[in-house]
Amino acid sequence: MITIEQMTKVYTMGEIEVHALRGVNLTINSGEFVAIMGPSGSGKSTLMNMIGCLDTPTSGRYALDGIEVASLNDNDLSAVRARKLGFVFQQYMLLPRQSALANVEMPMLYRGIESKERARRAQVALELVGMGNRLDHRPNELSGGQQQRVAIARALAGSPSVILADEPTGALDSTTSEEIMYMLKQLNREQKLTIIIVTHESDIAAYADRIVTIRDGVVTTDRKNEVPHV
Amino acid sequence: MSNQPVRRVLEPVSDTGRNGLDYRELLKVSLDSLLANRLRTFLTMLGIIIGVASVVSLMTLGNGASNAITSQFSALGTNVLTIFNGRPNRGPGQSGNIAPLTMSDYKAIARMRLPIVGPVPQFSSSATIAAPVADKSATVLGTTTDYAKVQNITMDTGSFFTDGNVQGASQVVVLGSSLKTYLFGSGEAVGETVRINTLACRVIGVMASKGGGGFGSVDDQALVPITLAHTRLFAARTSDGNLRVSTISLSVINADDIDFTQQRIQMTLRDLRKLKSDGSEDDFNVINQASFLSSLSNITTLLTTFLAAIAGISLLVGGIGIMNIMLVSVTERTKEIGLRRAVGAQSRDILLQFMIEAVVLSLLGGFIGVVLGSILPVALTITGTFNAPVTLNSVIISLSVSLATGLFFGIWPARNAANLNPIQALRHE
Ligand SMILES: Nc1ncnc2c1ncn2[C@@H]1O[C@H](COP(=O)(O)OP(=O)(O)OP(=O)(O)O)[C@@H](O)[C@H]1O
Ligand SMILES: [Mg+2]
Repeated sequence: MITIEQMTKVYTMGEIEVHALRGVNLTINSGEFVAIMGPSGSGKSTLMNMIGCLDTPTSGRYALDGIEVASLNDNDLSAVRARKLGFVFQQYMLLPRQSALANVEMPMLYRGIESKERARRAQVALELVGMGNRLDHRPNELSGGQQQRVAIARALAGSPSVILADEPTGALDSTTSEEIMYMLKQLNREQKLTIIIVTHESDIAAYADRIVTIRDGVVTTDRKNEVPHV
Repeated sequence: MSNQPVRRVLEPVSDTGRNGLDYRELLKVSLDSLLANRLRTFLTMLGIIIGVASVVSLMTLGNGASNAITSQFSALGTNVLTIFNGRPNRGPGQSGNIAPLTMSDYKAIARMRLPIVGPVPQFSSSATIAAPVADKSATVLGTTTDYAKVQNITMDTGSFFTDGNVQGASQVVVLGSSLKTYLFGSGEAVGETVRINTLACRVIGVMASKGGGGFGSVDDQALVPITLAHTRLFAARTSDGNLRVSTISLSVINADDIDFTQQRIQMTLRDLRKLKSDGSEDDFNVINQASFLSSLSNITTLLTTFLAAIAGISLLVGGIGIMNIMLVSVTERTKEIGLRRAVGAQSRDILLQFMIEAVVLSLLGGFIGVVLGSILPVALTITGTFNAPVTLNSVIISLSVSLATGLFFGIWPARNAANLNPIQALRHE
């Protein structure tokens, strides 16, 4: 469960201050599938980075499963990321010369999971995303969609509280994007995963149960998607 | 949907609560990373390999060369004392009244019953030596039988002249190896007759090559009984009827007696030459080869250090190579670092991973370098061309330098990346 109250983020670049977030209020319950939309530069990625504990807000409150993130130091933030969060990036970000299995295992290294258990969970996760027959493939032997599936397996293998995907389909064609979204929707339903995605496309956002719109660093609309896609 | 996922539920993780990697996992991550990027690993190691190989081979060959030089000189005998004419600490061409070194000086030393082999008088002069097919101007050295013992002469063929030859001033000659080759080529010399300044002498022996040489190599000389040199070959008589000698040499049996022997001889000669009373300077020199050796070894040490310094530069270049490759791959690696940080690695995990990578690279590269650098010296040593044993010193020095350069040049870029904010690292282009 995510609770954000009056969150601001100011980037200072020399003389200039950029107010990327100007007081965001947002609550996301576990099991929700949320899409964040908004024009370019509105602060979507900034908000995702805050939720992802990759950066700390300038002011305001952020609690993730009851943990007050604003007060954590760098090592604690790393520990929270390792256990509570799964990331899916637009550019997949797989280690180029390692197998799909090794890529999916990698995050679990940093939280004290034994190697057998790592391998088992990585395999299950790859099966869940339909890549069970590509365990030993390197990223350059996989299509973009397949690489993104591996990246999703990597994000979910450790059973995080929240999966964060900033434009997960941004580098994919529309058919592959639909496949990926369909899969995320299934994972959300069957694995009870909390998923937050950022997208520019309403077709993609249509898969979510809830659509949050951001403009100039504040939430402008927050509505239930009464008839989610699929 | 062609690819229906398997319907299994991934249960929540029960982890140990430990953050970061343990050392076994760190090692695995580092080795995986090195193995996954074999070309980069190899290129990075190449600089270290070349650097270490050149340090080891240059240092080893330098040491070998200096040992060879020193041992050639010590083959001439470190216990050998040589007595010259002339005042100590002055160059040649001295003026003033210096009584020449003569047979009476030699006899005085011989009477002292010192713990020595010898003394041996030597009278040398230049003469033309004519063999049937070639002739050559060479140094002819008149001496006694003990010369062979004092100077460690071994015979290639034939024998050295005897006491009888010396007493009887026999017309016999012993040739140095180079001189023999010049006069007779590869043919037999013993039994042949050569003319020394027209005096016919029978060759009775050829000496084995000594190499090196302190005061003109014996390899180029012809040795005759000193009596023959004094009476029939050269004008050696002084105005007061004595027989001149060029040098007197002797070998002290026990090295501990060298200083004592040197002093005794000095006193005796001063006595004999009536230098004692008025406190005037010596007009002779008693010189020990050991003192030459020590100044010689200073020079060769300098040479070895110089070679090591050159090799050290190549090791430094190797280190810069590591840094270069690290910097070239920094985009890829920075993204990797950002990714690892994003999914939960602490900056310590990143730093340790890179440190281990650097240690493995530089030690492995160093080890290969030691092996490659040893091939030439070991081959030379085994074939007997040149004695250049690989010293532990050169191995330790080059391995620690390669480790240091590897750590320094490998970790510095990684450290910067590990301290980056993960978002910036992920975005790195
Ligand atoms: N590291 C940073 N330093 C300075 N300014 C930043 C930084 N990151 C973001 N910004 C600024 O903050 C604002 C919000 O950026 P953000 O990346 O969150 O937008 P976005 O909604 O994700 O846009 P897009 O849809 O183009 O990805 C922008 O004006 C951007 O220039
Ligand atoms: Mg963005």
